[in-house]
This record gives sequence, C-alpha cells and structure tokens, in this order.
Amino acid sequence: MIEFLSALDQILSIGHLTYLITGVLVGLVVGIIPGLGGIAGMSLLLPFLYGMEPSVGLGMLMGLVAVIPTGDTFTSVLMGIPGSSSSQATVMDGFPLAKKGQAARALSAAFLSSMIGGVVGAIVLSVFILVARPVVLAFSSAELFMLTLLGLSVVAALSGGNLYKGLAACGFGLLVGTIGGAPATGEFRFTLDIDYLYDGIPLVIVGLGIFALPEIVSLLVKDTAIASSKNTLGHGLGQGFKDVFANLPLVGKSSVFGSLIGAIPGLGGSVVDWMTYSFALNSSKDTSQFGKGEIRGVIAPESANNACASGSMIPTILFGVPGSGSAAVFLGGMLLLGIQPGVSMISTHLDLTYTIIWSLAMANILGAIFCICFTRPISLLTYIKFSILTPIILTLILFAAYQATRSLGDFILLGVVASLGIMMKGANWPRPAFLIGFVLSSGAENYFFQSIQFYGASWFTRPGVIIIAALIVIGFVLPPVLKKRKQAKLADASDAEKAVAPAEEKQTLSFADLAIVGIFAICGGYALFDVWDMAKLTKSFPIIAIAIVLFSVVMVIFKAVREKHQMVAAELTPNLVYIAGFFGIAYGYYLFGFICTTFVFSLVFLRLIAKASYLKSSTIAVCLVIFLVTLGRVMHVDYPEGMFDLYLLDAIRLIV
Amino acid sequence: MKKLSTLLGASLLSFSCLVAAPIQAEETQVPSTVNWTIPFGVGGGTDVWARFIAPHLTKNLDGNPTVVIKNQPGGGSITGTNLFYKRAKDNGQDILGTSASTLFPFMLGDKRVRYNFDKWIPLMASPTGGVVYVQPNLGVSSAADINKLDGVTLPFGSQGPTRLELPVLIAFQMLGLDVKPVFGMKSRGAGRLAFERGEAKIDFQTSSAYLNSVVDLVKNDKAVPLFSLGVLNKEGKVVRDPAFPELPTFQEVYFQKFGKEPSGEAYDAYSKFLAAGFAFQKVIFIPADAPTDVIAAYRKGIHAMLKDPTFIKESAVQVGPYTNVEGIHAAQHLSEALNISPDLYKWVAQWLKTKFDYTL
Repeated sequence: MIEFLSALDQILSIGHLTYLITGVLVGLVVGIIPGLGGIAGMSLLLPFLYGMEPSVGLGMLMGLVAVIPTGDTFTSVLMGIPGSSSSQATVMDGFPLAKKGQAARALSAAFLSSMIGGVVGAIVLSVFILVARPVVLAFSSAELFMLTLLGLSVVAALSGGNLYKGLAACGFGLLVGTIGGAPATGEFRFTLDIDYLYDGIPLVIVGLGIFALPEIVSLLVKDTAIASSKNTLGHGLGQGFKDVFANLPLVGKSSVFGSLIGAIPGLGGSVVDWMTYSFALNSSKDTSQFGKGEIRGVIAPESANNACASGSMIPTILFGVPGSGSAAVFLGGMLLLGIQPGVSMISTHLDLTYTIIWSLAMANILGAIFCICFTRPISLLTYIKFSILTPIILTLILFAAYQATRSLGDFILLGVVASLGIMMKGANWPRPAFLIGFVLSSGAENYFFQSIQFYGASWFTRPGVIIIAALIVIGFVLPPVLKKRKQAKLADASDAEKAVAPAEEKQTLSFADLAIVGIFAICGGYALFDVWDMAKLTKSFPIIAIAIVLFSVVMVIFKAVREKHQMVAAELTPNLVYIAGFFGIAYGYYLFGFICTTFVFSLVFLRLIAKASYLKSSTIAVCLVIFLVTLGRVMHVDYPEGMFDLYLLDAIRLIV
Repeated sequence: MKKLSTLLGASLLSFSCLVAAPIQAEETQVPSTVNWTIPFGVGGGTDVWARFIAPHLTKNLDGNPTVVIKNQPGGGSITGTNLFYKRAKDNGQDILGTSASTLFPFMLGDKRVRYNFDKWIPLMASPTGGVVYVQPNLGVSSAADINKLDGVTLPFGSQGPTRLELPVLIAFQMLGLDVKPVFGMKSRGAGRLAFERGEAKIDFQTSSAYLNSVVDLVKNDKAVPLFSLGVLNKEGKVVRDPAFPELPTFQEVYFQKFGKEPSGEAYDAYSKFLAAGFAFQKVIFIPADAPTDVIAAYRKGIHAMLKDPTFIKESAVQVGPYTNVEGIHAAQHLSEALNISPDLYKWVAQWLKTKFDYTL
C-alpha cells in the first residue's frame, strides 16, 4: 500500500510528468500515423532513455505505449485506415459514422471509451498483478488453443446472415495465415520460393488491403467528400460523450474482458477488438445498424483495446514474455533501463511496478484529453472533397505498408489483398471473418500441436479447456442462433398476419461472388497439392483450413443453386481499374523513390484529376514532402530510395 | 491562415535544422556517423546488446562518432543480413551485428542466405554460455543423479530444430536423455514459461536469461540446474563457465555417465554449433573492403573499449562475466567454427531428418 501511494507521489512530480507527457505526445503521433508502431516511437525516445532514472524512463515509455491505441482511432474513423492492428474493428462502424457526417461523435465516443478502458485496465492491473502469477501460469497451451477458438467463434456473429460465406472467408484467412514456416517443424509452406513469403504475410498489409484500400477506391469512384450526408447532430462531441454514458455497461464489460485477454501471453491484442465488437453485436436489441454506423460498434472495441494494452503489461512485467507488440517494445525499454522483469517486480521493485501502473492510468487520461481537443478541427477533414485527400491518404497507406518489411513485396501484396478486399466488399462477403482467420491462424496451429504434444489426447479434459468451451457456446455461438430463430418466428407471425411475400431480402449474386468462389477454390486446391507430400505436422493444419474453405465453397454454391437469387452486376470494373492504377503508382513509388514520387504524384493528381488550384496542389505536395523527410530524420524511418530520392535529399540539404 | 503559415514556417525551420546537421568532410578516420545494422527488432537480445555497446563504442573510437542503430528485422535476421551484404558501403560507415541465428542458417545452407562471411571481417565477438535445468519433482538434485533420468520422457519447449537449441538437442541425445522437443515456442522466454507451467520438464536458457529469470526459480526449489555448456578458453578447450563455476560442463557430465570423453560425429557437430551459437554468439562485422586504416581505427577503439573498466563492469552485469574476443583471434576462431566439412553437413542433415523429419 505504501508503495502504491509513494509511486503516485512520484509520478506527480514535475520531472516525471514532463517525461510522461513527452511519451504521450510521441505515442499519439506514432498512433495517428498508420503503420508506425511502438518501435518507431521507441527509436525517438531511445536517445533520452539511456542512463535515465528507471522510474522516469519507465513512465515515459508507458506514456508512449499506453496511448498508441488511443491515437490510432483518428485514421480508423476518418479515413477507414486501421491505424494499428488493435483498431481494425473500429473501422467497421467508425468509418460509416464519418460518412454520415458524425465523425466528431464517433471520435469523442472512442476517446472517452479509450480513457475509461485504459483506466479500468490500470485498476485491474494494480489488483491483479499481485495474484496474477498462478493465473497466467494456469493458461497452458491447451487453454490458449481454446482461446483462439473463442476468437474464431466470433465469425458466427460477424458473418451477417450467411454463415457459409463467413466460414469460407475465415478458412481462407486461416490458410493464408499458414504461409511461411510451420511452427511444429520449421518447414516452409506455400512460399513459391519467393523470399518475401518465408516470413508469412504481415498483418499490417492484410489490414490495409482488406479494409482501407477498398474503401478509398470506392470513395474515389464516387468522388464526393467522405461525409456524404449532412450531419444532424451539431458538432457531435457532446453526443459522443452521451453515447458512452448511455452504454456504460458495455464499456465496463469490454474493458474488463480486454484487460484479462491482454494478460494472457500468446493471444495478443489483435483479436480482442473483434471479440468485443461481436459482444456488442450480440447484446444489442437492434443489430441492423452494425456495419453502417452504430456507435456501440465503436465504443466496444475502443474500450477493449486500451484495456488490453494495460493487461498485456502483466505477462511482460511478471514473466518477461510480452503479451503484445507494444508490450515487446516496452520490454525492450525495460531491459535498456537495466530493469529485469520477473518476480522481483512484485517483491523488491513493487514501487517501480506501481509507477508503471500509475503512469499507465495517467497516460490514458492525458492521451484521451489531447485527442478530444483535436477532434473538432480534425473531423472537418471529412467534409473535404475526397479526391483532394487521395494523394495524402495513398501516401500514408503506402508508407504504412512499406514499414511492414521494407521491400517491394509489401506494395505488391497490398495490391493483391486489396483486389480480394474490393471483390469481397462488392459482393458483401464478411471481410472481418477473413481477417480473424488470418490473425488467429498461427496461434491456433501452434497451440493445437503444442497441447497435443504436451498432454496427448487428455488435453480437452482440463478444467480450463472445458470452461472456455462453455464460454464459447454461451457467449458467442448461441446468441446469434437464438436471435435468428426469434427473428424467423417473428417473420412467420407477421407473414401470417399480413401475407406479404418474403421477398424483402432477396439474395443477390454477382460476378464478384463467382470470382471469390473461384479464387478460394483454386487456391485451396493448389495449396492441397503443394502441401500433400510434406511431413504430417507440417500439412495437418493447412489441410484443415483447406477443408473448411472447400466445404464452405461447396455449400455456398449449393445454396446459390437451390435458392432463388437475383443476378446483379458487380459494378466493380472501375474499382479494379483503380487497383491496376494503384499497382502502377506503387511501383513508381518504389522505382523512382518514395519522396520524389509523392511530390510529383500529388501535384499531378491534385492539379489534373482533383482540379485543385496550383497553389493548393503545390502546398499539399510540399507539405507531404516535409512530413516525410522530417519523419525520416526524427524517427529513422526508411523509404524506398529509388532512382532519385538521394539526389532530392542532397538538393534539399543544399537549399536549406 | 496566419496560424497555418506560422506552423509551416516553424516546420520548415525545424526541418532545415534536421537535414543540415550530418554533413561533414570525409576522412580516413571512422566516419562521423556509423550506421550499425542490427537484423533484429527493437528490444530483442541482439538489439539490447548493441544498444549497450553503442555508447561505449562512441566513447572509445577516435573522433567519437555517433553510432546509429538500424534495426532491419525479418527472416530471423536473414533479411537484414542479406541487405547489408548487398548494400553496405565499404568506407567504414556501415557495420553489422549478428547473432547465432545469422550464423546457423549459413552453416546449414539455408536457401534464403545470400551473404557470405568472406566479404566481412569480425571486429569483436561476445560469447555467452547456457545452463540446462530440470523440474525438481524428477528426483534429481544435481548432475550426479543424471542416471535417474534414464527412461523418463522429458518434454522441452523449443523454437525449432535449427534454432539456437540445435547443439543443446545434440547434447541431450548424446547423454541418452529421452527429450521430446515441442517446437513452435516464440522465444526461449516462451519455453521457460512452459517450464514454469510444468508442461516442459527440461529447459535451457542462455546465461543472462538464466541469471535473471531462472536463479529465482532455483532458489525457490522450482528448478534444478544440471549442467552448463561451458566456455572456450584461449586454447579452444571447453572449461567451466565463469558465471556458473559450481556447475559441471556437458563434457564432465558425459564423462561421469559413460566413463569416457565425448567424441564422434555427433560431438563434432555439437562443438561446431556450440562455437557458432555461443562462443561467438554476437559478432560485429565490417566489410573487408573498408580502408585499412579505418579498420585499424575500429580495432584500436574496440581494444580500448574492452580494456575500459567501466565497460568491463557494466558488461559483467549486462551479459555475464565473459571475455570478448577481438581482432585476429575472432577471425580465426570464427572461420574455424563456420567451416563445416561435407561429411559433417551430411550427418547434421541426416540427424535433422530422422530425428525431427526436418528436410534441410
């Protein structure tokens, strides 16, 4: 208790607060710029970090790590670009809200729930950390496998009425996730002998390709402002707060759930947002607005992702095993400060541990306040004609993608995933299902084999496993089924009364459906052929994924043949043309140099296609260059140099 | 608009300060900015090692150059090392820090490896040791009881058959232990977690991880140390690890169990991979084409650093009480360790295939 209060006293000192705020500001910047994670922020703070008083240094690092899931909400809501992997679910409803002109509402609700989530996480952390050791140790590979299943079960709720489409997408995600080394043997699968694929596909690329690019392309095709309908809620800030207070139980549940999932090493924060999203979906009476701009769909994941960042400190501090990407960064920082994580953190260094926790709570509050201050001016961006924003957004996306592995492969893969994303969006296939399958693939495979090897067949009799299995059924699988039944009953009743033909929701079928089915089937078939001769442990899991894909594809086709469908045109041709253009431009960015191409492309695009004035076009282009060069200098971020960038940089040096 | 122009002005100003700074004349000395490529992510073992050394390098090199650490993760260090091989400037501006996972794929002939150690000179190598320990409920209180482990299946959380654990897996086999590796651990730390959960019955950690995380377990009777991997002395012989003088080496335990010194192809393979993975675990390389006087300046600086009492003191805390190898010695020992005869390669390939169904 004394440590608890003395730590509070310490972080309230001016010196400590200054560094904490520095950390928070860097964390916000890093969070706002998509693709930059804690690592980039670390590189900025490192020069200060070395030789710093540990408690101050940890405060600064905590400030950085804690607010990344707060800042990343901006691009998720305003542009549909998931700022980092923990805010992918926010895009689902946040971006539609922005399109309705309610960006400020979505943002303020998101920031307030982030703040509450972070503080709840800190509270959970301060109590839980003293007793967490045995709890964390109770989660063996078997329980972790069940947790991945819990994550996968969310697909049922997110499939939007067509379970087979959801299953097929999820299975395909699982399959794509197996590209690279097999965890159980180290053998490589589906690499096509391309170096890039040996490491597997980066999550950033999949997130950007499946969500961000398709949205951008469809906005470009329409060419209006993002907020296409008029906002009827004033500036919406207050409305956002009201929304959060009206949904406090959801915020509380999501926060606690988020911090507990974060506490378990190995699962990571990239699914907790989806799990709480489906939580919100299942517990809402009216689900019709989800995916179209339902504020609960923003509140739940945003409460959870900050809480999760807090929770992931538990395994980091207690075991030195990071619970998430940013926790890994924090761990590195601890080591640099000369602090060894482990039991000593609650025996001899309890004061330091509480400093971390207080800093965490403080950073969450400060971060949310800073963000709320900027919400109104920044949300006005959504009223600008979209084509003006295009070069900025495209540069941001390419920038984010290139940070994944820094090779041309990032751009190519982004285009490929985006093509799939566009087709899935056009034909109304559940994109989150694909993403969830992808994210959980390696965990599911790894923990499955580990639990079998450690426990043999007896693993599923472990009490933890049974409890989680029950949770899956009660929490995620049952509600959608019950709901469907209820709806069916209601529909029957109303049918009987009104005798209206049930043609209201006619299934549609388009070329894109056929293309997706074809792609899934061909990839599945090829994968099966490729993996067939490999060692048993290498091929088992991909074969399960392939089975899911092929089975679901057959069922989708079966359904399409049996039920009446309306054949519709896909109208994807313009979108796909844009994607072809994207490939060309991305290659230009790589070939000629990132900064040069940014400048030339922005200028040309804005002047000729967006019809902006010369002044406007050149100002935006110059600002983008300044932004990129500054980022490169300050955070040691690398760009493709291409043919001309070195000369450009030299020229800039000569001028200024 | 006025606000905007102020902002623009401010950013232009700060921007010009940023780009103007690093221009300086070239000379035959170590350049004023040294880019140190670390083919791993921030916060990993090699990164922390490099960040610990970087300020000492700055201090001891002539002209006190700024040492910038460039992390280029991917492919378990293969990606970054490939890029360094292709792109590094040979004016002494670029140096590389490697780890066991850079050397092993090279020795095993991994397809993705495009680098070759002929083009680089090692400036310094940092050794580490490692300790094998088991669960206390096996009835073993030290290596003297190792016979009690005969016939007991010992699950072991491992990253993969060709990772840092490779020589340790060979050692287990030579000792006749029935170790069942469970692959797919994300790190050695994850393997330790499996041990703490009781899933793994045997585990192994490198020195610093052992000192930081396992010593406490031993104190609380939650782990029993068996043996250390030992360290190579100047003559290239394995002796007890100075960090764990009370623990016998693998060789001692082998002698105790079988009454003879270890030998044969398995032992040759063990020795090679032990040297590459542990005796030269972290190496600083410089392109061999760098000007001779620049290389000499680096050598002088590193020599001074290794003699610097503050470095020695801090290094003992950070990495363990090991003597860093420098200059000619590093080059000689390293090339010996990396040089695998075709027969030995065949043995390793065969062993990986039959034991783990892993095809090289």
